[in-house]
Amino acid sequence: MTLQVPASETAGPASETRRRPRPLGAGPGSPEIPAAPPRRRRRPERFTRLLFVAPAALYILAFFGYPIVKNLTMSLQEYTTKTFFTGEAPWVGFANYVSVFTSSLFTPALWNTALFTIGSIAGQFVIGLALAVFFRRRFPLNGFLRSMLLLPWLLPMIVSSATWRSILDQDSGILNRFLGSIGLTDAPIGWLTDPSVALIAVIMVNIWVGIPFNVALLYGGLQDIPEELYEAGALDGATGWKAFWHITVPNLRPVISVVLVLGVVYTLKVLDVILGLTNGGPANATQTLAVRSYQESFVNFEFGIGSAWSNILILVSLIFAVIYLRANRRAVDE
Amino acid sequence: MEKKHRLTVLASLALVPLALSGCSAGGSGGGASSDADTLSVVDYYVNDPDQGLVVAALDKCAAELKVKLNRTGVPGKDLIQKVLQMSSSKTLPDVLMLDNPDLQEIASSGGLTPLSQFNVDTSGFAQGILDAATYKGEVYGLAPTVNTLGLFVNKAMLDEAGLAIPTTWDELKTTAQALSSGDRYGLAFSSIATYEGSWQFLPFLWTNGGSEDKLDSPEAAEALQLQVDLVNSGAASKSVINWSQADVKDQFMAGKAAMMINGPWQIPALNADPSLTWTSVQVPINRAGQTPTAPLGGEVWTVPQTGNKEKQAKAAKFVECITDDDNQLSLAESRFTVPTKTALAAEYVQKVPDMAAFTEQVANARSRTGILGEDWPKAATVMYTGIQLALTGKESATDAFSKAKAG
Repeated sequence: MTLQVPASETAGPASETRRRPRPLGAGPGSPEIPAAPPRRRRRPERFTRLLFVAPAALYILAFFGYPIVKNLTMSLQEYTTKTFFTGEAPWVGFANYVSVFTSSLFTPALWNTALFTIGSIAGQFVIGLALAVFFRRRFPLNGFLRSMLLLPWLLPMIVSSATWRSILDQDSGILNRFLGSIGLTDAPIGWLTDPSVALIAVIMVNIWVGIPFNVALLYGGLQDIPEELYEAGALDGATGWKAFWHITVPNLRPVISVVLVLGVVYTLKVLDVILGLTNGGPANATQTLAVRSYQESFVNFEFGIGSAWSNILILVSLIFAVIYLRANRRAVDE
Repeated sequence: MEKKHRLTVLASLALVPLALSGCSAGGSGGGASSDADTLSVVDYYVNDPDQGLVVAALDKCAAELKVKLNRTGVPGKDLIQKVLQMSSSKTLPDVLMLDNPDLQEIASSGGLTPLSQFNVDTSGFAQGILDAATYKGEVYGLAPTVNTLGLFVNKAMLDEAGLAIPTTWDELKTTAQALSSGDRYGLAFSSIATYEGSWQFLPFLWTNGGSEDKLDSPEAAEALQLQVDLVNSGAASKSVINWSQADVKDQFMAGKAAMMINGPWQIPALNADPSLTWTSVQVPINRAGQTPTAPLGGEVWTVPQTGNKEKQAKAAKFVECITDDDNQLSLAESRFTVPTKTALAAEYVQKVPDMAAFTEQVANARSRTGILGEDWPKAATVMYTGIQLALTGKESATDAFSKAKAG
C-alpha cells in the first residue's frame, strides 16, 4: 500500500469524493464541478491529495504555527496579567527587545547558554560514544546493563534533580563527603552555592541526563557497521584505536552529525535541570536564555519580555535546526 | 481500500472540532457553574492536613448558606497561571482564594469585585491584612487567619550550651556562633532566589527601620550585613541561598541547625517529633527601642467578576462566613495560624499558648504590598537578587541592592 493514490483508480470513486466534501463547506447551491472529463478527473485527484496533507498541515498550523506567530506578536506587545482579563495588549514596538538587550543579565545568559550547551554536548557525546563502543563487545549482562543506562531517561526530572541537589549539597552531600574522604579536596566544594562552580555542577547533571540519548543513537549506528570491515582492517593491521579512527568514525559520521545537532537543539532549551537544581542562582550564575524566558513570563508575569527572550532562543535553535536539515538531506542523498 | 482511507481522513478531520471543544470544556472545570445553588471555589490547599481542615470549614459555610460547593484545589505555584487562564476564558470561579501579596495584582487587572458592593463588614480586621487586600481604596478580599515569621529555638541545644534565647542581632550572632559545631549550624534561614528569600529577609529589613522602596538605605545594608556575617562566620550554612523554608525546617528537625527563622505553619511537623523541644520568639531587634516587625502571610478569599450578580452576592456571603469569628478561631487553632480579628487574639493565645509569640508578632506585622502594591514583585526580585549577590561574596552588602536594581 502506498500513500500516493494511483491516477487510474481515482476515476471510479471520483463522484464519491465530489459529493462528500459538501457538508464540510460548499452549500447545496454551489456550482457543480465542470463537466469536462479530463478536468473532472484531475480536480478530485488534487482534492484527495489535499486531504492527505490536511491532517499534518492542520496539526502543524495549530500546534506550531499559531504558537510561534503568537509568540512573535506577543514580544511586540505589553502583555501582562491585565491582558488576561481585559484582552488589551498595547503594541510597544521593540521595547521588549530593548529591555532584553540592555538587561545586565543578557550577556551572562548568552554566555552561560553557550557554555552549558558546549559543555553538555561534549561530555554527553564523548561518554556516550565510549559506552556505545564498549557495549558493542559481547559480554554477560550486556543487554541488562544497556537497559539500565536508560534509567536517567525514565526518571522524572523533578525526582532526579531533587536527588542531585542532595548529592551536591555542600555540607552533607555525598559527593563532597566522598571527595573529602579520598583526600581530593581540603574544603567542601559549594557545588550549588558557589557562583563560580554552579554552572559546572549543572552541566555535570545535564551530561548525566543526556548520556542515554547519545548511547542509544550511537549504539544503533554502530550496529549498522558491517563486521567484515573490521575483519578486513584487522588483516591490514588496523586494530584498537586505528580501527576506531579509520573504520568506526567514518562509518558513523551521519549518525554523529544527527546526534550532535539534535543534542544542541535539545540542550539549548533545557530548563527543568536548571530550575530544579539552582533556579538560575546562586547570584544569577546559572541564568540561561531559557531560564530568563521562563522567569520573565511565569515569575514576573511580563509575558512580552519573556517571549522576546524566547524568540532569541528560537532563532538560535533555528540556526542549528537548519544545519541539521541540511546534514540530514545529505545523508539521505548519499 | 482507498475508500476506507478517505473515510479515515474525513473521520479524523471531523474529530478536530470535537477535540477542540473538548479542550475548552475541560478548561472550564473551575469556572462559574450555571446551577444557581452551586458555588465554584478555587484554592491552593492540596496537601493534608491543610486541605482537610479548610475543606471542612468550607463545607460548614456551604451548609449554613444552603449552597453546594464545586471546589478545585490548584497547587500553590500554579495558582496565578490558572487564574490568568480562567480570566482570559471568562471562567473565573465564584469564590477565589489568593495568596495575599498577589491580590492587588489580580485586582488591578479588573478581575475582582470590591466587597463594599455587597456591604461586607470589614471592621475589626487587623490593619496589615486589610492593607494587603486593598487596591485603590477598596477592600477586595478577607482572610480568616494569617501567619508570619519568628525565631524558632531548639531548647535542648540552647540549654546544653547554657545560653539564653537571643533578642538582639548581636546576641543572635554570638549565640549562633556558639551553637555551631561539627556539622551543626547555629542558625538556618532561607535566602533562596525566589520570593521566599525576600519574604525571609523582610523581618530584618523592617525591624531595622528599612523599607522595600528604599533598598539603598543604610538600614537595608545593615540588615543584609547581618545575613552576610552569619554566613561568613560559619554560624549559618552557605547553602542558605538554595534553601526553601521547608529545607530550613528539615535542617532544624534533623538537628543540623539550632535555631531557624520560619513560620508557624511548620509547627505541626515540629510537633510530630516528640524528641524535639522547641520554643518560638519574635524576631530579634538590632538596637534597643526597635519593634520586631515581620511580614504578614496568609490567604485572602475574594469574589471574582463573573457577571452573575446573584451568585456574586452569595459568594460575598460565603466570604463573610469563612472569615467569621467561629471559623477564624477553629481554623487558627487547627492550622497554627493567627485570627485576623484583633479582638480574638487574647482568647486564641489562651487556647494555643504555643502561638503566643506569633500572635504578638502579627499585631505589628506589615503586608508586603502595603507600600508598593502591584510593584511589590519587582522589589522582591531586586531583594532576593541582592541577597544572593551579597551572600556569595560577589558584591558588598552596601552595593548589593543597587547592583541588583540596575539588572
